[in-house]
Amino acid sequence: MSEASVEIQDSSGGEFARSPIPKSRLKGWKSFLGMYAGEHAAGTEFMIGPLFLAAGASLKDLIFGLLIGNILAILTWRYLVAPIAVSSKLTLYYQLEKIAGKHLVKVYNVVNGVLFCFLAGAMITVSASAVGIPFGVNFSVPENIFGLSSPAFSIIVIIVGLVMAIVAAAGYNTVSKFANIAAPWMIIVFAACGLSALAQMEVNSWDSLISEWDQGVSVVQATNGKVDFGFWKIVIFSWLCNAAMHFGMADLSIIRFAKDTRAGWGPSIGMFLGHYMAWICASFMLAAQIKLTGDISANPGALAWSAVGWTGIICVIIAGWTTANPTIYRAGLAFQSLFPSSSKAYSGVILAGVVATIAGIFPTLSSKLLDFVGLYGTILGPMGGVIFVNHYLAKKMNFVQDYADEKGASFNTAVLLAWVLPVALGLYFIFGEGVFPAYAVIPCWIASSILYVLIMKFQKS
Amino acid sequence: MKILKLISVLSITVLIIIVSILSFLGMVDTTNMKMYMLIGTILWFITTPFWLKEE
Repeated sequence: MSEASVEIQDSSGGEFARSPIPKSRLKGWKSFLGMYAGEHAAGTEFMIGPLFLAAGASLKDLIFGLLIGNILAILTWRYLVAPIAVSSKLTLYYQLEKIAGKHLVKVYNVVNGVLFCFLAGAMITVSASAVGIPFGVNFSVPENIFGLSSPAFSIIVIIVGLVMAIVAAAGYNTVSKFANIAAPWMIIVFAACGLSALAQMEVNSWDSLISEWDQGVSVVQATNGKVDFGFWKIVIFSWLCNAAMHFGMADLSIIRFAKDTRAGWGPSIGMFLGHYMAWICASFMLAAQIKLTGDISANPGALAWSAVGWTGIICVIIAGWTTANPTIYRAGLAFQSLFPSSSKAYSGVILAGVVATIAGIFPTLSSKLLDFVGLYGTILGPMGGVIFVNHYLAKKMNFVQDYADEKGASFNTAVLLAWVLPVALGLYFIFGEGVFPAYAVIPCWIASSILYVLIMKFQKS
Repeated sequence: MKILKLISVLSITVLIIIVSILSFLGMVDTTNMKMYMLIGTILWFITTPFWLKEE
C-alpha cells in the first residue's frame, strides 16, 4: 500500500493544488525512486504477507506470481499514469474536477474517505495486536464480520485508534517526519524477520523451505478447509492491490512533479521491497509460527514478537501508526467538505479517526485485507478510466475534453453513470457471486472508459 | 554528522541485518539476536533524526 505526502499537501490546498507545476519545481526521475522506496513497506505488509500462506498459496506461485504482478504494476505506473501526469501536471482531484465538476468530486472524495477509514482501521488493528503482546492480550478473528475479539483487545484498539486520530489531527507533520526516519529501519527489520523465521523453521535448503511451507499450508487447510490461491490470482492481486493509485490515477498527484515520464519507474524499488521482500518475509513468520506452535492465526504482533522480540513489536506499532496516520488525515480532508465552513479544521480528521477506530474493533476486516484491497481498486479505479478517455480520446472522438470546466458544470452526470454502473455490477459479482475482488478491477475500468465515451457521444448527438 | 550517520548505518546493517544472518547460520543465539536488534533500533532512532534533518 502506498502513502504520499505530496498528495496530502495538495488535497489540503497546498502547493500547486489548482495549477500545473512550474518547470523550476520539477524533479528528475531518480527522485521518485527514493520517494516511493519507503512507501510500500507499511503496516499492511505485516498483515498481507501471512494471508498468502493462510489462503493456501504455494511458495513457488508466490515467488513468481509476485514477481510478475509487481512488474505489471510498475509498467502500469510507467505507461498509464506517468504520460498523463507529465502532460497535464495536475492533481487527481483537480483533474477530476475539470471533468466531473466540483460536486461530483466531493462525492468521490467521501467514498474515498470511507475506504481510507477501513484501511486505517485495519492498521489500527495491526498496531493494537503489537501493543497487546506485552500485556498478554492476543486478538482472535471471529467468524462473523461484525464479531468482536476479546474485550481487552477491543479496549486496546479504542485507545490506539483515538491516540492516532488525535495525533493525525494535531501533529500530522511530526508523524510524517518520523515515518521518513523509520522507513529504512522498517525495511531492514522486515528482512530480519524473514531471516529469523527461516532460522526458527531450521531451513537449510530450498527443498526444506518448500517442505516447511507446504506443511504450514496443509495445517491451515486442515483447519480452514481447502482454498485455492493460485499463480494467476497472486499475479492479479499483486498487480492490482494498488489499482486506486495507478489504474485509478491517484498518483497523478505525485508524478505530476516529474520532468519526464521516466518517473513512472519510481515505484519499482519500493514495490520490490514492500510487495515482494516484505510480503515473503512476513509469510515466513506465519510458516515458522505454525511449525513452532501450530497456531494458524495471522496476528502481526505475535508473529513479529516471536521472530525478533521487542524490535518486532516496535516495528509493527510504528508500521501501523505511520500508515494509519496519513490515511486518517486524507480521509479527514475528504470528510471536511461535509462540515460547515465555520467548523474547526480538524473536525474531519477526528471523524475519520473515530470511524477508523470503530472499523478497527472488528478484526475480521484486517483478516480480509486481500479482499478489501481489491474492493478498494474496484470502486476507485474506474475514475482513472474516465481520466484516460478524457486525456487521449476526447479530441480524437470529437467530444468535449474537461467537460465540467468547459461548460461550467458542477456535476457531470456522464461521469457519474460511467463510474457507478460498472462499479455496481462489479460489487454485485463480488458480493453476490463471490468473485475475488481484484478480478473486478480491470473489467470495471474498461467498462467505465467505454461507457464514458458512449455517453459523451450520445450526449453530443 | 558523519559520525552519527555512520552509527546509524552500522546500527541497522550490523546489529540488525548481519546479526540476523549470523543467527540464521547458528552463530548467534536467538536471545542475543533479539537484544542486539533492540540496541540497533535504539541507536537508529537516537542518531538518525540529526543527520536526516540536515539532509
